[in-house]
Amino acid sequence: MTLQAFLLLAVALLAVGLYGALSQQSIVMIMMGLELMVNAVIVAGAAFWFFVSPAQPDGQVVVLVAVTLMAVEMAMGFAVAIAIFRSGEIDMTDMAAELRD
Amino acid sequence: MAEAVIFWVCAAGAVATGVAVFRVDSMARATFALLASFVFAATPLLLLGLSYLGVLVILMMIMEMVVMAIFMIMLMMNPAGLMPMSMVHNRRGSLAIAVGTFVVLGAGVLLVDWPQRAGTPPEDVTFALGEALMGSHMLVMLVIGLGLFATIVSAVVLAHPRGRYDRFGDDLRGRPADDPIRGGVGR
Repeated sequence: MTLQAFLLLAVALLAVGLYGALSQQSIVMIMMGLELMVNAVIVAGAAFWFFVSPAQPDGQVVVLVAVTLMAVEMAMGFAVAIAIFRSGEIDMTDMAAELRD
Repeated sequence: MAEAVIFWVCAAGAVATGVAVFRVDSMARATFALLASFVFAATPLLLLGLSYLGVLVILMMIMEMVVMAIFMIMLMMNPAGLMPMSMVHNRRGSLAIAVGTFVVLGAGVLLVDWPQRAGTPPEDVTFALGEALMGSHMLVMLVIGLGLFATIVSAVVLAHPRGRYDRFGDDLRGRPADDPIRGGVGR
């Protein structure tokens, strides 16, 4: 196991999540893509902590912040999904085009 | 050696199940594929000695994905995967951007001269994390706490079916509330 191996895993997860976030139409599927991208940050943060400065807890703190970010993203994402679904039965991004004009 | 094998198996599993999230025909299956991806990605954290954070990620993701499965079945079409499902736009462009990102960042990972390791992990890494959060990194803890509290309030406000303007009208001093069932203290 090396830093490069961990970072390659993180990059692969980031790329998969980016594909999902860009290509999916369903709001919840986009959130799944975003979660995969945050997961990449978790892997990279832990790897940097262990392979670069294990004596300092900074890398662990980054991981904790990323985990919290994931929870916040999901809670707010679902709240917005519920609100937008209530207002106009919208569950796909292409249908939410009120601000286009 | 065993650690390397576990790492690569988990890495391949995390990426494969991550790809499966966007390939399977059912929303529920996509949720559980994402859960598998998170568990696979958290296992390398355990290999690094981050037992607390690794277990935290696994437990949190199990809860999160179970909640997500409920939302999937509630909101989305085709939760059971009884028919083929494809809800994508600009698949080629997205794929090109994702592959390009992977190639650029992957090349950076392999070509950059990363710094040498400085120091060794403390004996109890969880204790070190807790000490940092309650000491030198207290600001991070404060921001996380406030952020989570703000999230609770905002999520309830957004998801509530009858907001302030439904209950009291446009007039800021409008009283009493127009509720279908009257109640509360003195209302």
